[in-house]
Amino acid sequence: MLIVPWSWLALFLAAPLVIVCAIALLQPADAIPPVALPPGFDALRQIAADPLYAHALLLSLKVAAITSVACLLIGYPMALAIARAPAHRQPWLLVLVMLPFWTGFLMRLNAWIGLLQDQGLLAAVLHTRLLYTDAGLYCGMVYTYVPFMILPLYARLSRLDPALIEAAADLGASPFRAFLFVVLPLSLPGVRAGLLLVFIPAIGEYVVPELLGGPQAQLLGRVLWEEFFENRDWPTAASLAVAMLALMAAAAALAALAGRMRRR
Amino acid sequence: MKGRFALACLLAGYAFLYGPIAFLILFSFNDARLVTSWAGFSPRWYTTLWHDSTLIDAALLSLRIAAASATLALIVGTLAGYALARLGRFRGRALFAGLIAAPLVIPEIVTGLSLLLLFVLLEQSIGWPAGRGAFTVTLAHASVSVAYVAVVVQGRLADTPPDLEQAAMDLYASPWTVFALVTVPLLAPALISGWLLAFTLSLDDVVVASFTSGPGASTMPMVVFSAMRLGPTPELYALATVIVVVVGAVLFGGLWLRGGRLVSHGGH
Repeated sequence: MLIVPWSWLALFLAAPLVIVCAIALLQPADAIPPVALPPGFDALRQIAADPLYAHALLLSLKVAAITSVACLLIGYPMALAIARAPAHRQPWLLVLVMLPFWTGFLMRLNAWIGLLQDQGLLAAVLHTRLLYTDAGLYCGMVYTYVPFMILPLYARLSRLDPALIEAAADLGASPFRAFLFVVLPLSLPGVRAGLLLVFIPAIGEYVVPELLGGPQAQLLGRVLWEEFFENRDWPTAASLAVAMLALMAAAAALAALAGRMRRR
Repeated sequence: MKGRFALACLLAGYAFLYGPIAFLILFSFNDARLVTSWAGFSPRWYTTLWHDSTLIDAALLSLRIAAASATLALIVGTLAGYALARLGRFRGRALFAGLIAAPLVIPEIVTGLSLLLLFVLLEQSIGWPAGRGAFTVTLAHASVSVAYVAVVVQGRLADTPPDLEQAAMDLYASPWTVFALVTVPLLAPALISGWLLAFTLSLDDVVVASFTSGPGASTMPMVVFSAMRLGPTPELYALATVIVVVVGAVLFGGLWLRGGRLVSHGGH
């Protein structure tokens, strides 16, 4: 019974990752496929040394961090409000959160390009350039990822026992203090899950910066795409992939560590 | 949180989520080539969309790829989720669990690149799969979706006590018989939601498809993506409106049929 999933995983997960690591150790060449021996660490050394890649890494981390925090600030009040709504309304409110998510993210970005364009509705109202600026990039990122924040937060907040808040109120806590010292600490696992669900895919995002970010938004995903499709430099693209994998592993390990420390 | 503040949060949040969608729907009826200024009401972009054979062919191809990859992912993901939930501490379980969950954290651009490299290498060494196109995209989408199906199936099995399966085994059913006649029917709701999840993931993907597809096999997101690089058009907005209406009808219709509950309380 295990033979089918084991062979699947070996062929479509383990093998491609091994191949990426192997290609990262080859030299670019004018051939088909465009790689050649001898093996070496040239490509990896190059992405470590060239400031272009360090800049892409820092920019990706910054964009992912700002996006996660913005999603939290928008998503938390919404998740809390949905969790406090009458029980029979909650499924409908959640489906309303999921509907834009299920309609396809290219379709949603399409709307944002129209809204942000010069002469577009938002740009005209705000009298400023928005498309191909950081503001445009963050609009697209937050809009794409906010459902990933709302759903885990809601899952946590809806399971909170209302008796705890009543108890806090009975002991003289104002609603704000009850929120700060009872609801917020108990919702932290949901906050962590939401931050992770936004931060990890946001680091590798390619489409949003490509369509909304303008030429200066050189995030890791975009740099990898250009190295592969435009420069046909497979070893450099593969090295960037290896670097991104290492980054994901580090982020996942940090999150696991934070979870273990909380439980102690 | 007091009632009025909560209501304000909800309204502001939904305005943020639905403002762009309202804009899409409105300007899909715009009687002009641009989506920046209103030039009167016209349904003409829906006619253009209806006759756009490139886009329609791409949509049909996407639906075929989505259905095939979701079915493939369902088969492998169900076996994997079953193994994780029911087979105890088998040899290599940690590695198995890690590989199964890996696509959930691997950036899609890395998945796309690594699968393309795999397909290129396989073609060079054993001649299969010959060339790239719908078939390689299907395999690539399935390899991502297996993770999601396995998580859904494993979660459902963890909530289902193994009593019925043990009873069947006590009555000398073989492991495969138990799996096919007891476990799979118990899992039906999880299988349906896993398949639907895999189906929509495939329909929504542009990055993995761009890497693993070949000439002559452009999925709908690939066609839309290259059109969007040239700027949004009312025709794309008409397409988005059609999708919003279909998805909305399915989601709300499904919820209404289940009497307003997100998860059906069915089974046993």
